[in-house]
Formats: sequence, C-alpha cells, structure tokens
Amino acid sequence: MATTNLEVTDAAETSSTEDLQVSDAAADSTFAEVDDRERIKPAIEFRDVHLAFDDRKVLDGLSFKVQRGETKIILGGSGCGKSTTIKLVLGLLKPDAGQILVNGDDITNYTEAEMMKVRKSFGMIFQEGALFDSLSVYDNVAYRLHEQGVPEEEVEQEVRRMLHFVDLEDAIDKMPIELSGGMRRRVGIARALVGGPEVVMFDEPTAGLDPPTARTICELAIKLRDLEDVSSIFVTHEMNNVSYLTSEYAAVNEAGEVIFEKEGERLCLTNTKVLMMREGRAIFSGTDEQLQKNDDPYIKRFLHGR
Amino acid sequence: MNIAIRSLLEVQETTLLVAQAARRLFRRPAYIPEAITQMDVIGVGSLPIILLTGFFTGGVLTLQTFPTLKYYGAQDQTGYLVALSLVRELGPVLTALMVTGRVGSAISAELGSMVVSQQIDAMRALGTDPVRKLVAPRILALLVTLPLLTVAADVIGIFGGGVVATTLYGMSSGTFLSSVRYGITFDDIIGGIIKPLIFGIIIGSIACNKGLQTEGGTVGVGRSTTSAVVTASIVVIVVDFFLAKALQVILDMPAS
Repeated sequence: MATTNLEVTDAAETSSTEDLQVSDAAADSTFAEVDDRERIKPAIEFRDVHLAFDDRKVLDGLSFKVQRGETKIILGGSGCGKSTTIKLVLGLLKPDAGQILVNGDDITNYTEAEMMKVRKSFGMIFQEGALFDSLSVYDNVAYRLHEQGVPEEEVEQEVRRMLHFVDLEDAIDKMPIELSGGMRRRVGIARALVGGPEVVMFDEPTAGLDPPTARTICELAIKLRDLEDVSSIFVTHEMNNVSYLTSEYAAVNEAGEVIFEKEGERLCLTNTKVLMMREGRAIFSGTDEQLQKNDDPYIKRFLHGR
Repeated sequence: MNIAIRSLLEVQETTLLVAQAARRLFRRPAYIPEAITQMDVIGVGSLPIILLTGFFTGGVLTLQTFPTLKYYGAQDQTGYLVALSLVRELGPVLTALMVTGRVGSAISAELGSMVVSQQIDAMRALGTDPVRKLVAPRILALLVTLPLLTVAADVIGIFGGGVVATTLYGMSSGTFLSSVRYGITFDDIIGGIIKPLIFGIIIGSIACNKGLQTEGGTVGVGRSTTSAVVTASIVVIVVDFFLAKALQVILDMPAS
C-alpha cells in the first residue's frame, strides 16, 4: 500500500515534467504568469541511489524529489539512511550507483572543487550543531562571509540579522562551550542561513532537546518555509516535529510580528511532504494525512509506538 | 586486509594528502594567518622542551664520552664528538621525536575531535576545503619551524656539553670550543638542516592523516592520536637511517 503511494506520486511528478518538456512553446505563457520557470525543476532529486559501506547496504535504490519551497520530512528509525541521504546531497559522500540532481544538474560525479560551488547554495544544520569550538558565536556565524573576504561592517550586520532570526543576539560574544544544546543548534541554524541558501538541510535538529526548545527549532523551520521561501529537508524520527511542520504555518500579523497558526480542516497552507525510510529504501512518500491513514504495519508501529 | 596492504594504503593516503596540501598551498584563499598561528604554537611553544632536551643530551654525551676519550688520551676531542653527534644525528632526531610527542599528538587529537564532532563535515558544507584550511598550514609550519628548533637544540646541546666538560672534568672552554669549531664542517650543518625538513613533512602528514581518518567517537580520537605518535616516531627513525646514508653519498661525507 505504502509503496503504491510512492509510485503514484513519483509517476505523477515524472509525467508533469515530461508534459512541460513536450510543450515548451505553450508553456511559455503559463510560466510568464507563474513568473518563475526555474521553480518547476526540483531543488533536489534522487534517482535510484545505492550506497553500501563494505558489506552493509545503507541506501538501496532511493528515489525522491524536493520541489522548490517545499519541506521534505525524512522520517525513519535509527540507521535507516536518513543522515546519509543529506550527506549525499552535500557531496560529503558519493553514491555507488544512481543519480543525484540539484536544480536539474547531475552532481553525482562532481569533483570536490565543483561541489564547493554547489554547496554555496546549501545550508546544513548538524545533529549537535557542529560549531567550531575555537571560534566565538560571532565568528561561527560569520564563518562563510569571512572565507569570502566580505568587509567586516557587512559581516557584522549580517551576523546580527541572523542571530536576531534565531533570537540569540545576546550570545554573540560567547564561545560554543558556554551554550546549551538548544542554543548550539540555533547558532548552527544561523550559521547555515548566512548567504541566503536555497536549500536548508536539518539533520535531527531536535534530538536530545526538551519539548519547548524542540518546538522553537521547528518554528524556525516553519518560518524558513513560509516566510523565506526556502526548500528544506528535515531529517527526524520524532513525530511531534512532523505534527508541527505539517499542521502549522507562519504568517506576519498587523503589528509585524511572526505568528504561528494551525491550518483548519479545509485549509491547507503547509508545503510539507513526508518521506518515510526503512533499511535504505523509501516505504512511503506523501502528505501527513496519507501517512496517518497508511496500513503498513511498520508505519503504524512507528507512528503509534505499537 | 592484511597488514602489508593496510600499510601500503596508509603510505598512499599520506602521500596523496601531502600532494594535495602542497597544491593547495599556492591557491587562494591563502591561509597565511593560520600558518603563522601554527608556527607560533608548534615552534615557539616547543622551544622550552627542545632547549631542555638539547642541553641535557649534550651534557650526558660529554659525561659518557669524556672518560673513554681520556683513556685514549683524546679528551681534547670531546667537543668535536659532542658537536658532530648533535649536529648530524641527535639534534634532528631528538627534536623530531619531541615535536612528534608534543605537536603530532595535538594535531591528530584536534583534527580527530573535529571529525567526530562533525566540524570537518560542517567546514566542507560551508564551502571550505579542510586540506587547505587545516592540513597545509600545519605542514608548512612544521617545515619552517623544525629546522629552526633543530638548530636551537644543536647550539644548546653543545653549550650543555661544554658546561659539563668545564665544570665536571676541568676542561678549558677554549679547548672545548676549538675542537667544536674544527670538528664540524659546512656539510654537517647542511645535512643537519635537510633532515628536519623531511621530518617536518613526515610528522605533519602522518598526524593530519591519522586525525582526519578518525572513526568511532572519543575512543577513536585516542586511538588515532596514539597511532599518529607511534607511526611518526618509527618512520622518523627509519627514514633517518636512509637519509643519513643518502647524505653521506650526496654530500660526500666520510662513510668509513
């Protein structure tokens, strides 16, 4: 049942892409209205990706797409290949077989130097933050700009803007060792967002955090999706993360404050899909409603704990 | 995988790392401030232990050789023997071993910790090449500072030998210094500086490679640090033998 869902979704995506390729002339007018032809290309696409470490298969024919502006939640138990998937997108690992496309370009066989350019359009948030211990919060967030030789006044402006986004302006001069787990993740998010990445990847960003802090991290992901139009991959195994990301949306009220509202019964404003993985394969792809109704025993056990 | 293949693979990986670091050294952005910081940490930071080791090594050489030389009536040659031993062999090798213990372990542990805490992955994800940012400045710093540290060890070692010869054996400082001056040739000094250049590359590349290959959390960091120090020490001693023979041929030193 779950596999059927996946096939149906993929088939629908493929056919829509083919239609566009066939009728380019007819599509021009449509794209002029949409105002952005590039948005039709998936931000990230995996085509039958395989990867093994020695004799252990980590990914076994994984295929999926992340559309522009979409948040894809990759759900699954420990060791099912979730984190490996985002490392492959960044080129930190290379697949044994299959193709990985970023903005329609096949990056599978890119060299490290070519990948460095691709990585500029990505932001990555690691499990424990992965902040540079020897650098202050300011220097961590400013890292990418310092590497690019941006003037210090501009760097400071951007760092303060990003720390304001994650609500951590007071920690600007602290060292990573002085921060709590949640603060480290938020600094990691600020660092990843510098330079305006098109795609942000979260690798279990709420693991080991208390519920309010985990909620804050999810709110940041929602803000990125709804207010900054950023595509993202959100790797997690926690169901409350899925619930926040699929049922709430961010908006700006009349006072200019960001507010989070629950989508109603008939209103669907969240651009979030779920991909469920098991033993290196996608066993489900679709919306959270479809996931809840799925009959697969493994998925049921994962969702309800029994 | 047997030990021979594993060793060959390690040699290959270490050599590739050195080649990559050498190529990236001349590309922009050049990490000059990082290299200078490393020179301070490696060179200035190691100076006290190098001076201490050099002084007592020179002293003990005099202590052990003076009675034997006196037996043959050649006690005037003490300075010559101490200086030659230090400049040709003990200075470069002892300095390299001390730096391996102090700096090689630190490099391996630092890079290993960065690997297990995903800082290396984060660096790559942020578009920085870790070989250019971390490996090249460290190898360059070792390449510059190890010969300087070796010269410092040689000089303080000869001084230590002189102190022991004059205070314990009543030798005049003039006799000791003149035997030093007549004993050492320009080729000895050149040979004594070429060796630390090679040792610097060996220590830097092995420590960086072991650090970057760290697997298995904090236990892995300990393992890679131990492995870096043991491997680099052994390689330094083995390479020293072949280098000594090669220098004898190249610099036309007396081999017999």
